Amino acid sequence: MPTTIASPPLTARPLRCRSCGTERAAAPTAICEECLGPLDPVYEAGRPLPDRETIAARAPSLWRYKEWLPFDGDPVWSLDTGFTPLVDAPALARRFGVARVWVKNDTVSHPSLSFKDRVVAAAINAAAAFGLDTIGCASTGNLANAVAAHAARAGLKAWIFIPDELEAGKVIGTSVYGARLVRVRGTYDDVNRLCAQVADRFGWGIVNVNLRSYYGEGSKTVAYEIAEQLGWRLPTAVVAPMAGGSLLSKLRKGFGEFLEAGLVRGQPPRLYGAQAAGCAPIVRLVERGADMLEPEVPKTICRSLAIGNPADGAFAARAMRETGGWAAAVSDPELVLGIRFLAEDTGVFAETAGGVTAAGALALARAGRLEPQDEVVLCVTGHGLKTLEAVHGAVPEAPVIAPRLREVTTLVEEERTWPSR
Amino acid sequence: MAITLNLPSVLAAHTGGARTIEATGRTLGEAVADVAARYPALAPRLRDKEGKPYPFVNFYLNDEDVRFRGGFAAPVQDGDEVTVIPAIAGG
Repeated sequence: MPTTIASPPLTARPLRCRSCGTERAAAPTAICEECLGPLDPVYEAGRPLPDRETIAARAPSLWRYKEWLPFDGDPVWSLDTGFTPLVDAPALARRFGVARVWVKNDTVSHPSLSFKDRVVAAAINAAAAFGLDTIGCASTGNLANAVAAHAARAGLKAWIFIPDELEAGKVIGTSVYGARLVRVRGTYDDVNRLCAQVADRFGWGIVNVNLRSYYGEGSKTVAYEIAEQLGWRLPTAVVAPMAGGSLLSKLRKGFGEFLEAGLVRGQPPRLYGAQAAGCAPIVRLVERGADMLEPEVPKTICRSLAIGNPADGAFAARAMRETGGWAAAVSDPELVLGIRFLAEDTGVFAETAGGVTAAGALALARAGRLEPQDEVVLCVTGHGLKTLEAVHGAVPEAPVIAPRLREVTTLVEEERTWPSR
Repeated sequence: MAITLNLPSVLAAHTGGARTIEATGRTLGEAVADVAARYPALAPRLRDKEGKPYPFVNFYLNDEDVRFRGGFAAPVQDGDEVTVIPAIAGG
């Protein structure tokens, strides 16, 4: 009889306060009991780490970097998330006037077509480690889609809270999975506050509230994948969208961990964050050079980034300043143009946050923040089919014709007289 | 002026298990100072040594972020409800 070697059961790593340093056992809580600061997972110093070849031989998912994810034992759910394409984008490089541009294409993330699959893959395994049967979230849309999809696959119940005015794709793209979806009158910040109270009251695993310490670590896998997909090296600059601000500090942490592990060498990339001008509290924090964030009431069509009171805003600002990066805010018309030129230049159709990132990168290039020798990665985090409302009316209307060759001939002749693009 | 202060469960250990306590003051800062005086273990968790709010602890006055109302200087009146929520985020 062959013997099977049982994997150790999945457990979550202990936690330490980022603010006061107090440590505590693993638990579904993200807040320090001593000072109310945020808790981060603690990794065992000196643990064995894989080399490039070992990682490269593993399955193409974010779990190929499991030594840097906050668990011991093997993950049980969402094993196929991550390892999205890194798309070479020479037309974008010409547009920005830089040496190279790649798009980290999380619009095709599995299973819910946004970067949020990464954080939910981490959070749902934390829920498994803690034996929780219900997960949930406060969301501007993409996280709602991800929590609903991952919960459905794992057979968990899901309670999902969103602002009442979200795009149809975000609403239907959540309900379809059988999740309990609740629309709350107000902004994301109202929903977020409510969910802090919900997590406190019902003992559910609200992924971005009480499971946040584990959830956030999933973001680091973007950095690991960029480094590996570039052939184990680092770009000189990374541009990413900012909502709560967590991605920026997790990118910094991820690149730093791979440098520390000797998997890559050189300078960590300069980190740049982009927001919509109608909700840009982190950009304004960077521009003011201040420490205390001033919350805003969001007013933008980019609902996925419409967080007026981003808890990680100060950490994101620090990540940008200390790596030599900067931040950019773009108007709603600019972000719509960003969606269009990203699609036309790269074949990647992004939602509004991707338009902000593309337009933000263009603004940074024009301001001289991105330089001719730069090798730039754009983090494009969600699929355009989720926010069709944003580009409706902004793209050329398709002519309707009878099924006759003559009518096509007329159209082709008309096109010949158009100025070339 | 008596207002109600709602605390997260993580702080209830410092109030003998109570998650809702009464406080008095003309401003939110005075109400927090009143609570801090009566529950010394709670004091450093609600505000810093200079009596100012921490960046990662949010106060909501009748569901509105007090930073839109002048922070600890926001006036409070009888019957107001203040909710303390550690900063959280996501999207």
